Order: sequence, then C-alpha cells, then structure tokens
Amino acid sequence: MAAAAQPLPQTNTSTSGRIIRRVLLIIGIIILIVVAFVEIIPFVFTIANSFKCLPAINAHPWAFIPVPPFGVDCVQDGIPLPANATVQGLTFNPSLDGYRTVIAQDLPRWFMNSIIFSVAITICRLITDSLAGYSLARLKYIGNRVIFFIILGTLMIPGVVLIIPRFIMLQQLGLLNTYQGLIIVLASDAFGIFLMKQFFENVPHEIEEAAQVDGASRFTTFARIILPMATPALVALTIFSFQGQWNNFMDALIIIGSNPLLWTLTLGLSSLQGVSGETLIWNMFLAGSVITTIPLAIVFFSFQRYFVEGTAYSGLAGQ
Amino acid sequence: MTQQTAATPATTAAAGGTMRSSKLQEAITGYGFVAPALFVLVVFMIIPLIVSFYFSLTDWNGITPLDQGRITEDNPDGAYEIVGLENYTRILFEPGIRQASFYTALKNTAYYTLGIVPVQTVLALVLAVIVNQRWLKGKGFFRTAFYFPSITSSVVISLIFMWMFTSSGLVNTAIKAIFPQYTPVTWLDDPNGLIHLFLNTIGINPSREAIRMCDPATLQFWGCEIASIRLWDWFSGPSVTMATIMILNIWTTIGTMMIIYLAALQGIPSQVYEAAYVDGANAWQLFRRITVPLLSPTTFFVVTVGLIGSLQVFDQVYVMTAGGPNNTTLTVAYLVYRSAFKDSRMGLAAATAIVLFIIIFLFTMAQRRIIRERN
Repeated sequence: MAAAAQPLPQTNTSTSGRIIRRVLLIIGIIILIVVAFVEIIPFVFTIANSFKCLPAINAHPWAFIPVPPFGVDCVQDGIPLPANATVQGLTFNPSLDGYRTVIAQDLPRWFMNSIIFSVAITICRLITDSLAGYSLARLKYIGNRVIFFIILGTLMIPGVVLIIPRFIMLQQLGLLNTYQGLIIVLASDAFGIFLMKQFFENVPHEIEEAAQVDGASRFTTFARIILPMATPALVALTIFSFQGQWNNFMDALIIIGSNPLLWTLTLGLSSLQGVSGETLIWNMFLAGSVITTIPLAIVFFSFQRYFVEGTAYSGLAGQ
Repeated sequence: MTQQTAATPATTAAAGGTMRSSKLQEAITGYGFVAPALFVLVVFMIIPLIVSFYFSLTDWNGITPLDQGRITEDNPDGAYEIVGLENYTRILFEPGIRQASFYTALKNTAYYTLGIVPVQTVLALVLAVIVNQRWLKGKGFFRTAFYFPSITSSVVISLIFMWMFTSSGLVNTAIKAIFPQYTPVTWLDDPNGLIHLFLNTIGINPSREAIRMCDPATLQFWGCEIASIRLWDWFSGPSVTMATIMILNIWTTIGTMMIIYLAALQGIPSQVYEAAYVDGANAWQLFRRITVPLLSPTTFFVVTVGLIGSLQVFDQVYVMTAGGPNNTTLTVAYLVYRSAFKDSRMGLAAATAIVLFIIIFLFTMAQRRIIRERN
C-alpha cells in the first residue's frame, strides 16, 4: 500500500513541475525577445531616420520602411518639404540630406583622424604590450614581479583622475593638441600586457630552448618564433584596442579638444550640438552616428568571437 | 684520475661564467623589453597622480602659464600659490557654493550608482540563465543583440538616446500610442526627483515654501541644510533626466555583464544540476540554491566593475546634459572637468579628482579584501 502510494504524489509533482517549467520557458522567451527588441530598436530607427528629411523625423519618427522614390531633395524651390510629403504611414521616401549635411561639417577629416589615432595607438600597444608581456612571463630578472604589480596597479587608477595632470604635463612638454600627444599617452595599457603575459606563459618552454640551441638571440626568438604563435592574443588585443580608441572621448577631449583639425569622430559629433535638445538637426546627428558606428560594426561582426571571448575572459580572470 | 679532478672545477667554472653572462643578458633583455611599456605607464599614469596631488594643494587657475612659477616674495607674478589643504576643506567641510557643488555631484553619482548597479546585475544574470538553456535556439542572435550596444561609442549612444527621448520622440510617441492619457514627459529637461514625484503621487506634497523652511521647533525641517544641500534635495532622488541617463547605461552595459555571467554559467558542471534534479529540486530551487551561490564570485566581480564604472560616468553627461537641469545630472567626474576647464579652478578640480580617486580606491580595496577572505 505504502509502496503503491509513493509513485502517485511523485507523478503529481512532475505534472505540476512540467507545467511550471513550461510557464517559466514561455516567460523566459518573452523576456529574451522583449530585451532583444529594446536593444535593437534604437539602431534600426537610427538608421531609418538618418535617411529622412528633418520635418519627417520630428513628426513621424516611427516610419521605418523605405519606399521609392529614393534620394528625395528635402528642400525644393527653397522651401523645406513638409513632413507629410515624404512619409505615408510606416513608409518614408529616403533622402541623403542628413549625410550631405554632416559630411559638409568636416566629417571626412574626423573620420581620417579617428583612423589615424586608433591605428597608431593600436600599433604602439601591440609592440609595447607584447614585449612587456613576454618579458614578464618568460625572462627572469630582479624586479620582475615588482614591475608586474606596478603595471597591474595602473588598472586601479580611474581615468577621470588623470585628465588634469595629463593636461598639465602635455602642455609643459608642448604636446597638447598634437597627434603625438594623444598617441604617446595611450601607447601602452595594463590590460593588454596582462593578456599577452597570460598567453606567453602557456607557450611550451621547449620551443624557445630549441631556438636558442640554434644560436638565435632572445629578440630573434621572440620576433620570429614566439610572436607568430601569439596571433590569437594579438588579434584580441588589436580589436579591443581599436574599439576602445575609436570610441575614446574623454582623453581626446582633454588632449586634442581645442584643435578642431585633430578632432576625431566622437569629438566632432559632440561639437555639432547646440544648446537646446529640441531643435537639433537630427538627420545630421543620426547620419553622423551611423557613419561612426559602421567601421566598428564591421570589425565586430568579423571578429565577434574574439569580443565575446575577451569579455568573458576578463570576467573570469578578474575573479 | 688527477686529470679528471683537475678538469671538473675548470669546466664548472667555465659553465658558471657562461651562465652568469647569459643570466645578465637575460636580465638586460628583460628590462629592455619591459621598458617602453613601463615608461608610458609610469610617465602617463603614475606620475600624473603625483602631479594631480601637487596641484590639488595650489590655487592655479589653469590659464596663467606655469612657466611663471610659484608665487613667492621674489616672484609676485607667479602662476599659483600653495594653499595647503584649503581646496579639500572648501569642497568637503566649508559651507558654500563649492561644497554645495561637490555634495550635489556626490549625491547624484550615488543615486546613479545605486540605481543602475542592482538593475543591470539582476537583468544580466536573468538573461544569461535564459540564453544558457539547452533548448534555446538562436543563441548567437540574442548574444549579438545584447552585446552590440556595449561596443558602440558612448557619444553615439548619447546622441541616439537624446533623439529618442525628445518630447515628440520615439519614446513619447510610443507611450502615447499605448496610453492615450499620457502627458509627454520632457525627459531631458526635468529636474524633479523620482522620489519627490512618487511622494507627490501618494499625496505627500510639501509646498515650495515648506521645502525652504528650516525650523525644527515647528517640525519644518525640509529646508535645513546638510553640507550646503537642503534635506529635501538630499532625499528627492535622481531627477527624471538622470533617470534617462541611467536607462541609457543599463541598456548599454547589460550585454557585457551577460557575457561574463554566461561564461561563468558554462563553467558549472551539468552533473551538479543533474544530482539536484534527481533529488527532486524544481527549476526555481535549482536557480536559487545552485546557480546563484555558484555564481557569487562572478556577481561580485560584475557588481564591482559596475560600481567603479558608474562612479566615473562622464561622456553621457557631457553630451546629453552638461550637468543640467538644475545640476541634477552633475556627477563627480563631470564636476572635475567643469571646475578645471570651464570655471578655471584647476586646484579645486584636482582636489575633487583626488577625493574621487580615494573613494574608488576604497571600493577596490574592499573588493580585494573580500575576495582574499573568501579564498
């Protein structure tokens, strides 16, 4: 009797358990879809509205389906087209007005400067970080550990604290508002060194020993044999550094902010802004935002695995 | 025999010599390799801390050329004077406009941090647990959708949010379509605190006069000032505009946090779940009793990173509000920038930065300590 009674409540709980599980599953999927929707919508509508005439953006921000005629002129015979002339329901006639306006605002120069800074800083970091990482991982000398802790310690210094002294120091060195000024300040970073060090520590010792038996110098061994093996770490370092510098705002603002010839995309975009948030030329801003994001989106979608793994790694390592 | 004994010390001596020289060579190479990175980090990260501390003890305005040196009896045209800890006492202890700005910034930053860190942590954990489920299809899509905002430029995101939250923008038109009764909120220009608004809706609504009165004898204390800020302002919560920036930051960071959680979740062996499942645990119990405790180191990391990040918020404030309306989005980081480069008070700004550094440093140290105790 007791033995027969036992399975009964168990089937009961498993049926109710199954219902609970199904409810949880549905709630889970709903949460996931809602959040994904919320995360994506701003980008979709930014792209759509960057192709609209200004009155249409202000009156109908939700129209997002482009329909012909394409490339409408927002100003015809000196009069701006009214909002309803280019929007019907959720459809709109795309225009390149926003892009034309933002490109007229020196955007090509900002774009070039962003590339110059991001690439130069990334190259500097690849060199300094991999050399330092190798030295700390593999070479034995007095002070090795102390140097590592000094470098790691710089991770704890908040960027905001550095803006004033860096401004003062670069001013004294005559490097304020120069390309070199911003590049040298950011030419190395503790995270990159840490990443490279971790990688080199896992390279088998035999490989170096074999090279040294052949009489290769330390530098040759490093440059010819060890470094090529570190390609995955170097790629991760490259994309993280490029992304960080492409988006860098605060350092650029302080160091090159008063020389418009050196402005990057982020500085340029922020400078376009007037005082009032309600009367801005939104198609220009949105077009600028799209142009700023495209190179990063390309890098992101080509190397997504590295971004995800790098972020996950920083989390696991940070514990 | 004698030949052999004679040969042994000779060879060891020779080997010792090459070893010493190769050790020396290794050391030289080691220092040489680490030198460029160490130079950059010491000169542009560590020395600046010292420079910053030095200037926090001066009254330099940031404009007079530093070549003119310190003001002394022989050099009355100097650029700055050493004022000791005066900047620190002015922001921390002396009632007045500087103290009011500092504590306003500190209060805003605290509300901001307390508002976003719990929300982004919980949301990231929930999303990671769902994405980690075996039955879920299109994991890659969801991961990309959640993660992409966090690699996008903060300036771009700030502009997009400014546009979405204009009074006739995407957000207001969407809410209006769902709730026709809705009166559009001016998200980017509303200094009213959230707690203040909430108290209003439940009927606690002190008048403008009452907010200014400070007379404890008649129980009118809302206007009493603590650190140059009225009690009412301390408690009115983050402003609507600050809440908008908070939404932006939660929106941007949950992707990163989710990825970190996801990696940790994948490190939990499935046997742990299977064992608990056999013991009759339901889904909620699995989550509550196994997932959450096993993830506590990750939660700890995510919270600390979130905390340190939100204590430094700057870009969004610079682009979206410049600290307004009514200083309700003035954060400590933005105050540093504003005093240094807008108000021409480098000394004061440097002192503010050092105080912020100490606050962040204490949080980091507390984190280290807790981690060490756990292990």
